[in-house]
Amino acid sequence: MNTKTSDTLLLIVFSIAVLAGPVILAPFGAGYPDLLQKFAIYGIFAIGFNILFGLTGYLSFGHAAFLGVGSYAAVWMFKLLSMNIIPAVIFSVIVAGLFSLVIGFISLRRSGIYFSILTLAFAQMCYNLAYSVLTPITNGETGLQITLSDPRILDAAAEGQAPASNLFGLDMISTWETSLAGMTLQFNMGFYVCALILILSFWISMRLFRSPFGMMLKAVKSNQNRMSYTGLDTKPYTLAAFVISGMFAGLAGGLLAAMDPLAGAERMQWTASGEVVLMTILGGAGTLLGPVLGAGLIKYFENIFSAINDSTLHGVFAFLPDGLNNAVSAVLGLFVGEGWHLTLGLIFMLIVTFLPGGLIEGAQRIGRLFTSRSKADPQSGEAQSRPAPAE
Amino acid sequence: MTPILEVQSVNKRFGGLKALDDVNLTVMEGTVHAIIGPNGAGKSTLLNCFVGRLVPDTGTVTFAGQSLIGKKPHEINQAGVSRVFQTPEIFEDLTVLENVMIPALAQRDGAFRLHGWHPLSREAEIRDKAERALADVAMADRRNMPSGSLSRGDKRRLEMAMCLVQEPRLLLLDEPTAGMARADTNATIDLLKRIGSERNITKVVIEHDMHVVFSLADRISVLAQGHVIVEDAPENIKGNAKVQEAYLGGAHL
Amino acid sequence: MDAILLQILNGLDKGSAYAMIALGLTLIFGTLGVVNFAHGALFMLGAFCAVTINKLLTLQKIVLSDTEKTAWGTPLELRTPYAEAWFGDAGTWLIDWSVPVSIALALPFMFLVGLVMERGLIRHFYKRPHADQILVTFGLAIVLQEIIKAFFGANPIPQPAPDTLSGMADFGAAFGMEAGVIVYPLWRLVYFLFAAAVLGAVFCFLRFTTFGMVVRAGMADRETVGLLGINIDKRFTLMFGLAAVVAGLAGVMYTPILSPDYHLGMDFLVLSFVVVVVGGMGSLPGAVAAGFLLGILQSFASMNEVKQILPGIDQIIIYLVAVVILLTRPRGLLGRKGVMEA
Repeated sequence: MNTKTSDTLLLIVFSIAVLAGPVILAPFGAGYPDLLQKFAIYGIFAIGFNILFGLTGYLSFGHAAFLGVGSYAAVWMFKLLSMNIIPAVIFSVIVAGLFSLVIGFISLRRSGIYFSILTLAFAQMCYNLAYSVLTPITNGETGLQITLSDPRILDAAAEGQAPASNLFGLDMISTWETSLAGMTLQFNMGFYVCALILILSFWISMRLFRSPFGMMLKAVKSNQNRMSYTGLDTKPYTLAAFVISGMFAGLAGGLLAAMDPLAGAERMQWTASGEVVLMTILGGAGTLLGPVLGAGLIKYFENIFSAINDSTLHGVFAFLPDGLNNAVSAVLGLFVGEGWHLTLGLIFMLIVTFLPGGLIEGAQRIGRLFTSRSKADPQSGEAQSRPAPAE
Repeated sequence: MTPILEVQSVNKRFGGLKALDDVNLTVMEGTVHAIIGPNGAGKSTLLNCFVGRLVPDTGTVTFAGQSLIGKKPHEINQAGVSRVFQTPEIFEDLTVLENVMIPALAQRDGAFRLHGWHPLSREAEIRDKAERALADVAMADRRNMPSGSLSRGDKRRLEMAMCLVQEPRLLLLDEPTAGMARADTNATIDLLKRIGSERNITKVVIEHDMHVVFSLADRISVLAQGHVIVEDAPENIKGNAKVQEAYLGGAHL
Repeated sequence: MDAILLQILNGLDKGSAYAMIALGLTLIFGTLGVVNFAHGALFMLGAFCAVTINKLLTLQKIVLSDTEKTAWGTPLELRTPYAEAWFGDAGTWLIDWSVPVSIALALPFMFLVGLVMERGLIRHFYKRPHADQILVTFGLAIVLQEIIKAFFGANPIPQPAPDTLSGMADFGAAFGMEAGVIVYPLWRLVYFLFAAAVLGAVFCFLRFTTFGMVVRAGMADRETVGLLGINIDKRFTLMFGLAAVVAGLAGVMYTPILSPDYHLGMDFLVLSFVVVVVGGMGSLPGAVAAGFLLGILQSFASMNEVKQILPGIDQIIIYLVAVVILLTRPRGLLGRKGVMEA
């Protein structure tokens, strides 16, 4: 099967899986709008981050700043222009693009750990300023919200309560419910907007991966020295990758605000930047599907694990004698609820240590165990990420 | 014959060490010009001045009528100068074919092009060109291998294909046979000869192996202590007293 | 003039902490070539050594009084810390001096933590890319801080300085200026002196012992030293322990200045990395100098006079300095050529 056919197939399967999300995920207790939207949005964020980190190997520790900037930009559009999400999302991509252009231009003068620290420094500056002197723009610790009295020059005056974000009149929060086999299925407008944009993002990233530009980015990761002696200027390539991934982050931030019109500085904190790195690595940096998978898993476990509390645990282990139940619950209690981050940290360490290629690599390893293709097929190792150009 | 590379009174100091001392050199188009000399004579420093890795303190380096001083490596390559390194520099994470497609694209599209929407699979022309270059170095059968897994000798041949696919006007080779067995050395000599006759590429070779030098070179410059002591045809170099002095009786021994 | 002196003094305590953390980071980076994002967590662990000791010492023994009654007629509960009940006055003294006393626990504990970390995790990452090292130590930092959070909760836990050292020192008066112009908390002065002593000890150790000499040689050229038949790895492991101890001690003594909570380490880590970069990757004196420099700069930036001209400067000054230094002097103030320039 050549690359083009398999890519088309991958895109179709991906789209179906995403669009059927509310049905597929309902049995796992993840079929409600809020979580589904997060899957899609953080999927977009990770897809964008992967274009920079997965392809060029430049590890940015400040990408959350672009997400945060995107959120602020979107909320301002809601306040000033209209509750329609189209201008808000477009504006958030543009603003994040400009930010990443400036920050990328400066940070990319250095590479390796210096680059990581420069991006980290810029993100921390954005974060600290958002909390302090930029309060007129960011509303400081409270976070930026929409109010009834905002101008919204394109919309008719709202009454009663602050209006909901919408797409030409279709409210993001509107949800159509039905039940299937005893489960409630929730089809939410906002999720489908995010889902379509996720599919679009996935398609864009697929095109980039398969293009000469994508190959150049991989070359940047592989050997910059050879690149410049081959007549290629590495700087514009890395900057382009940085800005593209910054715009994806802005898009994700804009969508977060579009689903729930508020923006806070905590979205820009460096631990939030660490989270997107984690998603990408967990799924598999440099692979197409990995980042989306990683984002989904982390958001899923975050939701499930942090919802579990001591009484749930006691309930689960009720069959054990009391003393043992208490002991088991106490130990497991460290890892769930408030302790979810502990689990996250452990997963992270395990993945980096034993499976640096992420889950996609893990799946391929298992796949290879079962296939008899023991003969060295150079493509099989990276079939997901980089099939050879079509024969 | 016209000069393609002209070096005039180039000086380069590293702290107290005078690495290049008033170097003058003219390379004629279509020839193979070897630069030889004892260790530390300044051969690599000179080569680095040609490709933009180092900037001479004084003097001029002119390639096909344009100055190379202050130009970045990628600009110099775009002007038509390719370089083979002493230890092969390739894209180890990519396949052999991709390694050769990249320079081919660089030659066609220039130093930067945001062709992110166009599938690589439609670049049939670039692909054919890369495959021909691989066939030239007898590596067509390995086109889909990850290049990082190649042997050192194969990496060097791959690097040569990467340079040749760009159809450079000037090819710089930094010890192309270093560490090779005699059989491989001879194969490399044949390869370099063949490329020379087919494509009229000017070559500058730095080499320690006198067998290689005398098999290939049309002209030889002998560098000692940062200075060109002799420049002549190979047959005249062999018996030259100054050269023997530099190699055998020089201050470095 | 007075104001400037005061700001310099104010910057010293933060600067001391930065310097000690950055020294450890640089030691680890220079010897093992590892970028340790968990180093801030070591600082935090040190701080929680002090918290633990304090908790242990103030565990209370509850006795029902035979004679006294509460207002409700039940016997009054008499609460005395075990330490006092057992050791009398010595116990009281121990509680009062719990922070410095904690050093006794922190020394072996942090050393052990360092060794376990290096042998158990870090050593598998010597040959891996720096990105992997950053990521795995980042994961470890999360794990460590979450463990602390599980045991000690999320709120800051104040630690008192010993009574005699918790007052203010009137510097101005001591140097013949007007009384009350330059008043400085005594403990911060203690912290600075402590930091100076620790840093001095580390430098002497590296300078004047054979062990230190080998380590320095290893930092300069690991391969050659290895070729000489010296077991450099074992020494580097011990250096990791030493770096952990320095960070831990910095944490212990910092607790009266800033009440420790579980993310103390993360807060200091980012800043310490900036310090290391500004000082120059791999340069020990650079790390120390940059630590103090940035601490002092930070305290100047938070002066009202400065903030009026440049609003928000106190929030970003350190990062701004880092950006400027990285762009103009990529090797940092005192960095060596060729370190991490790939």
